[in-house]
Amino acid sequence: MFGKLTLSAIPYTNPIIMGAVAFMVICVIAVLGTITYFGKWKWLWTEWLTSVDHKKIGIMYLILAAIMLLRGFADAIMMRSQQALAYGSNMGYLPPGHFDQVFSAHGTIMIFFMAMPFIIGLMNCILPLQLGARDVAFPLMNNLSFWLTAAGAVLVNVSLAVGNFSRAGWLGFAPLSELHYSPGVGVDYWIWALQISGIGTTLTGVNFIATILKMRAPGMTLMRMPVFAWASLCTNILIVAAFPLLTVTLGLLTMDRYLGMHFFTNSLGGDPMMYINLIWIWGHPEVYILMLPLFGVYSEIVPTFSGKRLFGYTSMVYATMAIALLSLIVWLHHFFTMGNGADVNTFFGITTMIIAVPTGVKIFNWLLTMYRGRVRMETPMLWTIGFLITFTIGGMSGVLLAEPPADFVLHNSLFLVAHFHNVIIGGVVFGIFAGITYWAPKIFGFRLNERLGRASFWCWFIGFYVAFMPLYALGLMGATRRMDHYDVAAWHPLFIVAAIGAAIIFAGIILQVAQVVVSIRQREQTRDLTGDPWNGRTLEWAIPSPAPAYNFARIPVVRERDAFWDMKQRGVDLKSSTFVPIHMPRNKAAGFIIAGCAFVVAFAMIWHIWWLAITGLAGVLVTLIRHAFDDDRDYHLGADEVRRIEGLHGRVQARSM
Amino acid sequence: MSNDPVLMQDGSLALKPGYADHAADALRDLRQRGDAVDFEVEHHHDVASTIQLGFWIYLMSDCLLFSGLFATYALLNSHTAGGPAGSQLFDLPNVLIETMFLLFSSFTCGLATLAMNADRRNATVGWLAVTFLLGLGFITIEVREFAHMVAIGAGPDRSAFLSSFFTLVATHGLHVTCGLIFMAVMMVAVLKKGLTPTNRARLVNLSLFWHFLDIIWVGVFSLVYLFGVAH
Amino acid sequence: MNVANEAVAGHAPHGSHGAHGAHGPTHKQYAIGFALAIILTVIPFALVMSHTLAATPLVIAGFALAQIVVHVVYFLHVDTSEEKRWNLMALLYTAVMVFIVLGGSLWIMHHLYVNMVPHAMHGGVWK
Repeated sequence: MFGKLTLSAIPYTNPIIMGAVAFMVICVIAVLGTITYFGKWKWLWTEWLTSVDHKKIGIMYLILAAIMLLRGFADAIMMRSQQALAYGSNMGYLPPGHFDQVFSAHGTIMIFFMAMPFIIGLMNCILPLQLGARDVAFPLMNNLSFWLTAAGAVLVNVSLAVGNFSRAGWLGFAPLSELHYSPGVGVDYWIWALQISGIGTTLTGVNFIATILKMRAPGMTLMRMPVFAWASLCTNILIVAAFPLLTVTLGLLTMDRYLGMHFFTNSLGGDPMMYINLIWIWGHPEVYILMLPLFGVYSEIVPTFSGKRLFGYTSMVYATMAIALLSLIVWLHHFFTMGNGADVNTFFGITTMIIAVPTGVKIFNWLLTMYRGRVRMETPMLWTIGFLITFTIGGMSGVLLAEPPADFVLHNSLFLVAHFHNVIIGGVVFGIFAGITYWAPKIFGFRLNERLGRASFWCWFIGFYVAFMPLYALGLMGATRRMDHYDVAAWHPLFIVAAIGAAIIFAGIILQVAQVVVSIRQREQTRDLTGDPWNGRTLEWAIPSPAPAYNFARIPVVRERDAFWDMKQRGVDLKSSTFVPIHMPRNKAAGFIIAGCAFVVAFAMIWHIWWLAITGLAGVLVTLIRHAFDDDRDYHLGADEVRRIEGLHGRVQARSM
Repeated sequence: MSNDPVLMQDGSLALKPGYADHAADALRDLRQRGDAVDFEVEHHHDVASTIQLGFWIYLMSDCLLFSGLFATYALLNSHTAGGPAGSQLFDLPNVLIETMFLLFSSFTCGLATLAMNADRRNATVGWLAVTFLLGLGFITIEVREFAHMVAIGAGPDRSAFLSSFFTLVATHGLHVTCGLIFMAVMMVAVLKKGLTPTNRARLVNLSLFWHFLDIIWVGVFSLVYLFGVAH
Repeated sequence: MNVANEAVAGHAPHGSHGAHGAHGPTHKQYAIGFALAIILTVIPFALVMSHTLAATPLVIAGFALAQIVVHVVYFLHVDTSEEKRWNLMALLYTAVMVFIVLGGSLWIMHHLYVNMVPHAMHGGVWK
């Protein structure tokens, strides 16, 4: 009846896991209890969970990502403390099987359920506003994408309490991830969590490309788009190009594990190396999917806080496109040591090194934007400068790794771990925090606390260097990644330093939590009444904060780059005296229901509960067909209502005619 | 409806979304007149064109999904592990008949599109029904081929070659099946509600999907069946 | 007074059914496409089934590519018009991506086999 699922799937005997599970359950019960106590279920359902408003979906993405950041960071702290302890006769506190799950979960969570939701959340919150659009192209699909991502995230967390997680690393390399070597449900949890959220991400990519190509305000030609919009376009093109390959790779592994096929097995002609090849065709574009939008974020922040227009807009656009294209032809550098010989390694080594050129163009553009500008050192700018320094170092270690002979030495060592954390923390994570601080007034309607933000930045910045510089050294000293124990005396002090670094970052995270709490409590003092708190340049600052449901009561006509700056220069008054009804999409439950069914299918497949999987699949199909016959999808917000909402923000002009 | 901006009563421009580049030219003449526009309420044409672009992009991503499967097949088709090879298993006359079913269905699908454009509801549904039956015929032949191969011990778990063969061909078959469900739903929708703008947009997507599957099939019969036997 | 019909100077209206009127596909297009598709299918099948020497992979691939182009032009109606610009761009980009995925994978795996399992190249372990 319940397939492989029995009560023994819950790891009662492991105090660490059960402690974490108890903590999670208490948190969930506390949240649910609070909602019930205040009687907010109906509000939550109609206003948020079923919302098709890109701004609310964006906020839900940000919340999901923030929660998963805490979960992923808990894994990081466990690894750092284990490695600080587990030297010589001390075996540490994590047995190997558990340690393997921790690093697999850390990587999976941080990439798929922390970084991805953060960047997609930022795009959701800001992109349509920058384009002068009233929504994304497919609002309900946007809601579905979010819930598919959330379903994947829930699945990863369920694996903690019911069964176990994968021990095969964040990319589940075959043949280790094959049934023969990983017979449990861990790899299945990993497969289905990624498969579901990956489909959600593909849909997001389709949605945003259509939005950018079709929904720009009149006059906003491609070369007048904000750089963040350009970066988002390139990112979403990469998503649509790369994620199907992830779907295929995971699908083939699923065939091996469920139907006894032989794609990546060691027997009957299977080829594990093809798995490595396929997963990295997706995997390398993926790191640029993470990075490019943040390049866009920095390109918005630097001009705003320097009081100048962006230096080299055109070169920035071309550099972004060049990086996007090059990122598709470098994937082999992740497995130089597989044995392809000199020709292949040389090609991919050179393409990898070439990426440093457009990236360098970008760095110089930002520097030259700041040069002779009136730089305001507010928190977003602080993160940006932290990024410029840190990312450049990380990029240089990357160029080093692009050298196949050097890579033969450094492959799979902690040097590599230090490198990608250097670019992902220094580039992606700093960019996410910069972007959230910068756009918080627009997203939430109030600024985030400045002092705590600065304090948190310094903890992250210093903590990063203390935690990861020792790993470069350790890598050069021969320490490999993913070790739960070692016997080399010389490594031990460096691992302890790295653990101290992680503790400093932890302090930074605590300060950020405090920042959020304090900012919400003091929101009346920091409320943004102007809609333009930073003296911004792009269209999102032309409307009230937070943006009304329809974004723009009247769609602005764009005549220049930095459209809003241009309007301010020309003294354009965006107030209006007449309003027209606005066509709006209606909130729908279909996205939530389909993702819920997808979750059921995934859980049932993991535990081999076939009848439940079929039921879930039928649920998806029935919901889709029912939705196809649902004609009540939109409505018009009356002109009087628009006038009323605009009036609240002092945006109504008395009729002069 | 024209795509051009029009002047509204209060001097602002009324313009449909999605014509940013186009509008830039039109606006050159109107620079002095307004800094903001109200979107005209009429939006069906434009929504339809956005939906079609979105669906097209989805098809492109699906195409890349197949490229992964084709690459895997191209690599593994020689990995027969002592089991049967393609040349011993494939029945080309059968595949040719199968292909003809799909090609004819593509043509009748086109006729359904033409009937839709001519506002002939019953003819649209009729041609869709013919397309559906041809698609069903294709699936039936494919399922019989699979059943036969499994019966003689050449199932997907026999070798890497057979794994990749079954997965590639069945993924295409699964797409065709989804297309059939889509088609059935659309026939009911058109009969119930007529050729509404929503139904028209979906029918265009359906035909794109169907023709797209045909293109994938050209890859399948060439790379899998013809290569397999010609070798 | 209603001035909403005052068209912008220099841009004559396009006619009332832009999406499915004058630009729409015609019977002739489908008929030509269908005929070409049948021909381009039957020839390679005939070549392979009659065991002629002409049935090399290159020839088969050539017919497949030609047929794909026919389908794209006559059934998917992709052309170079302004309206289809993004469709065409997306298609070309996809073609490049397919080339990268297929070509790259096979190139990499071929070199791997040459270097790591040379005997497999001559009908060794996997046959």
